[in-house]
Amino acid sequence: MSDPLLAPLTALGMNAPMIETIGGVTIGENTSLAIASLSARKGKDQELRALIQPVLGDSLPQPGHAIGARDVTAVWTGVDQWFLMAPLPEHPDFAAEIKALVADTASVTEQTDGWVVFDITGANLIPLLERLCSLDTKAMMAGDATRCLIEHLGCLILCRESARSFTLLGPRSSAASLHHTLVTAARSIA
Amino acid sequence: MIINHPLLGPRDAQEFVYLGDARLIDRPDTMSETALDDFHAYLYLRDNPAGSHRELWYHEQGDRSWLVVTRDTTTHEILHVELASDYAKQRGRDR
Repeated sequence: MSDPLLAPLTALGMNAPMIETIGGVTIGENTSLAIASLSARKGKDQELRALIQPVLGDSLPQPGHAIGARDVTAVWTGVDQWFLMAPLPEHPDFAAEIKALVADTASVTEQTDGWVVFDITGANLIPLLERLCSLDTKAMMAGDATRCLIEHLGCLILCRESARSFTLLGPRSSAASLHHTLVTAARSIA
Repeated sequence: MIINHPLLGPRDAQEFVYLGDARLIDRPDTMSETALDDFHAYLYLRDNPAGSHRELWYHEQGDRSWLVVTRDTTTHEILHVELASDYAKQRGRDR
């Protein structure tokens, strides 16, 4: 029997991540990010914070913020709710890993394949981001993260470096639409 | 219209979904003698004030929190915003 040739496709349906530079903006698909959601169970908030501290090297982030001291990044997504992200090669079963750690203090769901991730870099991304969402992106500093609407899609936007480096998470099933929006906006200012 | 989210700061109203009168939080006691009348009023009777109105908004495209927004219905001025969970706790609810 022949071995079936199975190879993972990216969210954009390609064999390799799509990385494009348009004008001064580089839009790169990041396919090596493991994502898990974390929701504190009622009244277990403090216990959860103590358990997760060694992984994060810090406490869980406050509203509108992300922290990532080591290879795990935590993003606040709602009241008592966070997204945890880590490099996929080192954490192939990330949600299970986190669940084992937090036990019954929190509920964990696997989110890796639910999202498309774009890393956007450039000398000044503000004109691009202004065209994409209604957030005051100019005021966003490294470590600010929030959910917002981009082209009618609920996306998570993370500031890595003020005005120069952002990560966008969008629904994977709309990856091509989000990519089209990003590329169109980038071309319009190139 | 900008809603000043208590956790996330000013956010555009397009991120929110409107539900209606915040009195929906005060669900009547099903075991009360007057439950039938109470639920009739709870379900069907609404004030429709021209002026300050306390209402429920859901931050769907944000942190998915429910807010109690006090809005002037004649000018759309937002007078006060608080988390619905805080508002419910103030009124003696456990969550």
